[in-house]
Amino acid sequence: MAIEVNGKTYETDEEGYLANINDWEPGVAEVMSKEDDLELTDEHWDIINFLREYYEEYQIAPAVRVLTKAVGKKMGKDKGNSKYLYGLFPYGPAKQACRYAGLPKPTGCV
Amino acid sequence: MSETVKNFLYLNRKAPYGTIYAWESLEVVLIGAAFDQDVSLAFVDDGVYQLTKGQDTSEIGMKNFSPTYAALGDYEVKKIYVEKESLDERGLSLDDLQHLVWEDEDEDYAEKDSIHLVSRSEMAALMDGADVVFSF
Amino acid sequence: MSTLHTVNKSPFEKNSLDACLNYVTGGASVLLLEDGVYAALKGTAIEQRVTEALDSAKVYVLGPDLKARGFTDERVIEGISVVDYAGFVDLAAESDKVQAWL
Repeated sequence: MAIEVNGKTYETDEEGYLANINDWEPGVAEVMSKEDDLELTDEHWDIINFLREYYEEYQIAPAVRVLTKAVGKKMGKDKGNSKYLYGLFPYGPAKQACRYAGLPKPTGCV
Repeated sequence: MSETVKNFLYLNRKAPYGTIYAWESLEVVLIGAAFDQDVSLAFVDDGVYQLTKGQDTSEIGMKNFSPTYAALGDYEVKKIYVEKESLDERGLSLDDLQHLVWEDEDEDYAEKDSIHLVSRSEMAALMDGADVVFSF
Repeated sequence: MSTLHTVNKSPFEKNSLDACLNYVTGGASVLLLEDGVYAALKGTAIEQRVTEALDSAKVYVLGPDLKARGFTDERVIEGISVVDYAGFVDLAAESDKVQAWL
């Protein structure tokens, strides 16, 4: 599978995650969210950027529980909870946001 | 929540990169951490090499997974036991290893050491006391 | 015959290095690579065995494998030379054959 972003074609796996994390550019998230009929706001971008920083530091995509806790620490408890994160990413904050962020599917997600 | 909390010990005895065991173990630990069990990690023999700091795989074309050990605290893995005899045989000390911590949410995210240096006999007792031992 | 012996296993897990050193004859070269690089470090329980081998053979260690495992050149036993991939190729080319100890 593949995704087309700004005239460039990037390879994805069978679940739509980027095959190569280094292919990522903001347009990837834009195209993927459009396909999901979701409009990205600053709040979405905060989480996407947070995930990219987390991956940069630890070389893994965090499980949803870990993401929730880490967001809570960084951005406050009002954002570090399932309700807020599922509100932004209805398909699952870890799974969907990781996909937009160009990360692999979180370790342990099925 | 599970009804019975079991005491799981992940026993790591292999050096990283030469074989796939170290990375496989780490992945299983991260996946297993979702199940709210009592998890401990043990590093003995060549397993202690997994935790050395300053790993840089840029010239061998393999993923450097050593930064991932620092995420273990986020995954509620707070008990990491390193055997002193294994370090001694290899000319290593705790200073050669990463400083791994977990954050205590109840104490304003205070950082607490995850790594505990133990003797061989203490390690034997940890193995004895585990309900399940996963070997890598 | 000049032979380049390669050892890619940890000396603490397998006896590949020990076996290799039993067969190394004068003028031979030994290259430690992959998990074999741990034998090149100072202060280990097998340091003396390696140091003694330096009397009869030249010993090399592959730098990129050392670096991957978190060790700098300063941790390497005196007398062992750190080589890069190009140095590995040179060693192989200079030798009549390469013998691997797995």
